[in-house]
Amino acid sequence: MKIKALSGIAAVASVLAISGVTAPAHAATLDDVRAAGELKCGINTGLPGFAFTDDKGNWTGFDVAYCRALAGAVLGDPNKVKWVNLTGKNRFPALTSGEIDVLSRNTTWTLSRDVDLGFTFVGVNYYDGQGFIGRTALGAKSLKELDGASICIQTGTTTQLNLADFFRVNGISYEPVPIETNEEARKAYEAERCDAYTTDASGLAATRSTFPDPKAHMIFPEIISKEPLGPLVRQGDDEWADVARWTLNALINAEEFGITAANVEELAKGTDNPEINRMLGSEGSLGEMLGLSKDWAVHAIKAEGNYSEIFERYLGKNTSLALDRGLNALWSDGGILYAPPMR
Amino acid sequence: MTHEPFHRTHDDMLSERPAPLATVGVLGWMRANLFSSLANTALTILAIYLLWISVPPFLQWAIFDGQLYGEDRFSCTGDGACWAWLDQRIGQFLYGFYPSEETWRIDLALVLLFPALAPWLMENVPGKRYMRWFSVAYPFIATFLLVGGFGLTEVSTDDLGGFSLNLVVGLSGIVLSLPVGILLALGRQSRLPLIRWFSVIFIEVVRGVPLITLLFVSNIILPIFLPADVALNSVVRVIVMITAFASAYMAEVIRGGLQAIPKGQYEAAQAMGLGYWQSMRLIILPQALKISIPGIVNTFIGLFKDTTLVIVIGLFDILGIARAMVSNPDWLGLSSETYVFVSLFFFVVCYAMSRYSMSLERKLDTDQR
Repeated sequence: MKIKALSGIAAVASVLAISGVTAPAHAATLDDVRAAGELKCGINTGLPGFAFTDDKGNWTGFDVAYCRALAGAVLGDPNKVKWVNLTGKNRFPALTSGEIDVLSRNTTWTLSRDVDLGFTFVGVNYYDGQGFIGRTALGAKSLKELDGASICIQTGTTTQLNLADFFRVNGISYEPVPIETNEEARKAYEAERCDAYTTDASGLAATRSTFPDPKAHMIFPEIISKEPLGPLVRQGDDEWADVARWTLNALINAEEFGITAANVEELAKGTDNPEINRMLGSEGSLGEMLGLSKDWAVHAIKAEGNYSEIFERYLGKNTSLALDRGLNALWSDGGILYAPPMR
Repeated sequence: MTHEPFHRTHDDMLSERPAPLATVGVLGWMRANLFSSLANTALTILAIYLLWISVPPFLQWAIFDGQLYGEDRFSCTGDGACWAWLDQRIGQFLYGFYPSEETWRIDLALVLLFPALAPWLMENVPGKRYMRWFSVAYPFIATFLLVGGFGLTEVSTDDLGGFSLNLVVGLSGIVLSLPVGILLALGRQSRLPLIRWFSVIFIEVVRGVPLITLLFVSNIILPIFLPADVALNSVVRVIVMITAFASAYMAEVIRGGLQAIPKGQYEAAQAMGLGYWQSMRLIILPQALKISIPGIVNTFIGLFKDTTLVIVIGLFDILGIARAMVSNPDWLGLSSETYVFVSLFFFVVCYAMSRYSMSLERKLDTDQR
């Protein structure tokens, strides 16, 4: 009877394995989205600033705003989005299986994800990196002075590996305090179970703002890893990847040209700047090339504004996350945000 | 009067005296239960100490220093718990993303649940016969209320969330897993090889896989098998998977009960000329289920708590809603408060189940040991 049970398991497993290989390719995602009348967008189940619920139960945030802009570009209405909340584990299978059309869930662009998992990253909407927060009372000004300190880390993440690499390269000793989730790590640090705590830099500011006395904690200047976060789509549907990529570029270019949610309608009527005219559709045929309507970019920008407006609304100085633009400033303002021209 | 017998008598009855102080009342109870031996005394003192260091600070934090009103977490200035979110978020915790003008439908479904359950859980319910018909109709009524159609606004089941999602999934799982579990337990003992093997394979495979994997499979792998236009409802998928999972455990619990019944009972049933189903229904199962009550309720409670796993397929039960809320910059870092709140809900439901099972055991206790 035991053998029978085992062969049953083997049969199920082999069926699952085969089905994994022959996952159907979803060729014309753009047509699918139009036919469904809604964009299926994969977002986080909750990440401060990037995806969270407001008091009315609507999803908002930096990652959410991108999908609303994409829905605006494709369907003309930023509200036609079906949110699919995904954990770190099931985000990639959800995209592969076609359960979602686009994944906008603070996902780091790496070679293996791009190539091996079969996805196409359409750009970077947030340049993140791994940072550290520690008690001001430690008296350390930089990470290199943290010799022998205990550090709270989330287990099983690249964070842990980056930390080990950095401290080995610099020949400093530390005592890791492994913790299961980010929230528990924050609590452990607050309870003084460790001297410092490390996670993505974007999360550190948010963490600091939750402490009773934020001034007693400092964020260290060193960023020890590159974490370019961006939206991604399935590989093999270049037309859809183009739409997703240029929607993101349109938001960044809109900031460069000073196009905002408030003035986009006015500017769409025509201006003296041919670049703005091409982008907003009063000149040229960029929209048709993408397979979209003439005013696709107008709807994308109208959704939540240009890149700067979105950043300031969810992450910027006036939010409790209070993040600097830093690397995420336009190239003309000292950052590395640089979108190709729209012509 | 030479030889008086050597005994003493009382002319009157001795008046009753109270029992010694140390054996009655609070003092006696304490002596018997808390300080009966040196080890017990030590444990009592330890327990009192632990309560002393944990309960007052908790009450101080949660109640005396707690702040009930405010716009966001910045308006909570004290050292205590910040309950200000309750005011704005209680709707989400109870109903998820269900449209707020339609939540009366969930309330109504919950109210109707009581008359639907009453004839099964209680004795002496008037009109039990007719009430049972209502119970049978209840799942359809509740589905109609929650999903809509036929005049009511249609609401996507993906919007169902919060505590009502826990209840919908938990109750459906509980109601379905008991009969399925009984059938599997009987199937495992069947003399028909096909049925026996099916039951064994089902139980062993499902029990050998974590529930989170089953949910994951239902969400990610099933859509690959099925044609693209067949969209399985995610709540239905969860209910099916949780039911399957709980039934496998249930089957083993009930098998334990079945094996505890003396062989004489089976033989007696056969001697009475009862067929298989009759003997099961009238003789074996009533006894086996009674023995299994603690195990069955144990499985129910486990199942109910497992409903929090639906977050892995993107549904927001009460715990998921709590996590999503503490990601809002306005409410960042309030996880302690929300977890306390959520555990309160689970405790109430699970404790009620456990108390009910205890009273049921007492009622059915025929002292057959």
